Amino acid sequence: MKVKLLIMVVMMLALSSFCFAQDNATEAGTEDTDTTAVVESIILPAPPGNLTGIDKPNDHGHAAILSWDLSPDDGAGENSVLKYEIYKWVPQLMLDINLVRDSLSVIQRILRNTTSGITEGTQADSMKIVFEKYSRDELFDIRNTLIAHVKQENTGLAEASNSYPENGAWLFVDKKPSGTKSFVHIGSKDFKSAGFVPDFANLYYRVDAVTIDGAKSSSKVLGPIQTSGQWYNTYRTPVVFSVLFFTLLTIYFVREARKGADLYVRPLGGIEAVDDAIGRATEMGRPILYVLGLGSAADIATIASFTILGRVAKKVAEYQTELLVPTYDPIVMTVAQEVVKSAYLDAGRPDAYKEDTVHFVTQSQFAYVAAVNGIMLRELPATNVYMGKFFAESLILAETGALAGSIQISGTDEIAQIPFFIVACDYTLIGEELYAASAYLGKEPVLLGSLKAQDYAKAAIILLAVIGVVLAQFEFGAAFVNLFEVAN
Amino acid sequence: MKKTTIITFAVISALFLVSWIAKGMFTEGSSPFLDGFLVTLAAFLTLAIMSFLYKDNPYYKFAEHLFVGVSAAYAMCLGFWSTIVGNLIPRLSSGISEFFKVSYIEGDYNFIYFIPIIFGILLLMRLSPRGGWLSRWPLAFIVGTTAGLNFVRYLRSDFINQVSSTIVPLMIDWQGFGHFFSNLNFSATGQLVMMFSNLVIFIGVTCGIIYFYFSKEHTGWFGRASKIGIWILMITFGASFGYTVMGRISLLVGRITFLFRDWLEIIS
Repeated sequence: MKVKLLIMVVMMLALSSFCFAQDNATEAGTEDTDTTAVVESIILPAPPGNLTGIDKPNDHGHAAILSWDLSPDDGAGENSVLKYEIYKWVPQLMLDINLVRDSLSVIQRILRNTTSGITEGTQADSMKIVFEKYSRDELFDIRNTLIAHVKQENTGLAEASNSYPENGAWLFVDKKPSGTKSFVHIGSKDFKSAGFVPDFANLYYRVDAVTIDGAKSSSKVLGPIQTSGQWYNTYRTPVVFSVLFFTLLTIYFVREARKGADLYVRPLGGIEAVDDAIGRATEMGRPILYVLGLGSAADIATIASFTILGRVAKKVAEYQTELLVPTYDPIVMTVAQEVVKSAYLDAGRPDAYKEDTVHFVTQSQFAYVAAVNGIMLRELPATNVYMGKFFAESLILAETGALAGSIQISGTDEIAQIPFFIVACDYTLIGEELYAASAYLGKEPVLLGSLKAQDYAKAAIILLAVIGVVLAQFEFGAAFVNLFEVAN
Repeated sequence: MKKTTIITFAVISALFLVSWIAKGMFTEGSSPFLDGFLVTLAAFLTLAIMSFLYKDNPYYKFAEHLFVGVSAAYAMCLGFWSTIVGNLIPRLSSGISEFFKVSYIEGDYNFIYFIPIIFGILLLMRLSPRGGWLSRWPLAFIVGTTAGLNFVRYLRSDFINQVSSTIVPLMIDWQGFGHFFSNLNFSATGQLVMMFSNLVIFIGVTCGIIYFYFSKEHTGWFGRASKIGIWILMITFGASFGYTVMGRISLLVGRITFLFRDWLEIIS
């Protein structure tokens, strides 16, 4: 089997070399045509000048920024420049690896049962015919062999690139319309990708000015330049300062709350209504339905909802009312079970806790909605509480609850869903009110402290916006505005 | 069982059969009766779900339970075969890969893949009465890492970008009142409209933030600013509501098209 594979790879590489020879001929032919074209009738444009290049700063590497002066015939002179073509010199080794990568890409498409992108009459098409003769397992083995081959050969790229201008060829990278003076070549960091640009290897570029007739003039070759990754992205310095500012505020207020400082939080209408709604359910002898939404246990809205669930569950345990918590996510279910169990324990009623109070339904959005709607109409809960992350199901749930005659309290940070809750529910916690509610109910120092820090951060936003708006009227204000620009 | 229930069931079953046979006889293809059955079943389930608009009924219950059961089982199978068997095992063990008939990916082995395995097992410890507490570790890891990652992301999008987007000049191209009134027009790019939009952005953001300020009672000027904030929020929600409802109408049109084109073939 291994011998067979080896033969296969060798065959492919031989085929690749043949194809490469053709490519080289084409490339060389193109250059020949360029020079002879001058002698004929086509007038060559003036080449772009002063081509410079640097490693793209503040990135993970594998990218370079090129800039050049426009060709004198771009928008002036003969005004004949239509576009600029960017070329990169690559060593022969890279071309060989690229051909193996092509084979790899064809195998992967066949393994994914999709041959889209493999067009008739191309080299890839012939590879497809070859590979389709193999079983799935054999294809997997060939794929693994090719990946290992590419990985090993890539290690020699940096050394191979020192051989410029021998043993290599110019590869087309991209084209830009006339008037363009710079280009960012963002290569791939995945060595299996055809667009892979190795870090710390010598790179050479040239830019051709091209006319509508196809005549082109090349700039002087730029190089060698090298790309590399940086540990610190200076563009994100404002983020560092805001993280520090907010963290220090939070630590300060949490400490204050722990010391017993009275941190005021204004009453929230929706939360005040929770106690009344639980009382109503008790009087009516009907259950309370608590929906945590479709978020994962790591979503902030879901985390806030857990705190509110704890409060509701505690009251429910005290009043001995039934609680129903159908969940969408298994991990959310696990956390919710813990929360409800602790709440029953806190209320001094651990015996009243039932395992199936919090139960899993399904992880399909509308199947979950269908099930919760069914619960609403069959169990007829007196109160429905929707707190967490909701999407397209929000109106379906809230409308069904309204039809069933339940009191409804909702809260979400999904801006697009808030309008639906507002129209169909009795009380709605809008966006951040949901987070505030959890702090308001929990009265825990950590939650109260972070809520206070948030409020101060909001005050900072208002203050900075006012200063910025005033400064924006003056030219020197631009420096202040730029402080808040975060580039990628 | 009530007599009317039995009659309704019989009528629906008969209609289903008629539809199936008719679709099977008049549908072209390699397996017309199977295609006919599937289209009729899809139409039946669509109507069963829609019957919820009238009231809760056994047909809705059937469709609901089928939907929930199939989706839960499908998600579990997908999770196992695609994530564990498809992605994890081929990177860990050639022996187990062979057992599941998937190809082992040489060179992709990494010790770090054992961490999710351990966390997965710890999550399953909930099923054990004595080791249930162990499941809190992976939960803490999931919640903690995501909260930490989101902290930076939200500070950037909700804090810094909010400030930079709110800093807009209130006086655009201001050359005095004479110039302003002599060039007064209501074009979208005109001076008046641009200045008005910037003013709305600035006041809207400022008052909106004041509404979400929880450390102070909303009374006096603070209360009035907060009221403007909630008005702006409500106008935004109204626009968003209308926009989303139009999107939902297109979903309904999709189902109606299925019923009338694919099933009843009334429209082409």
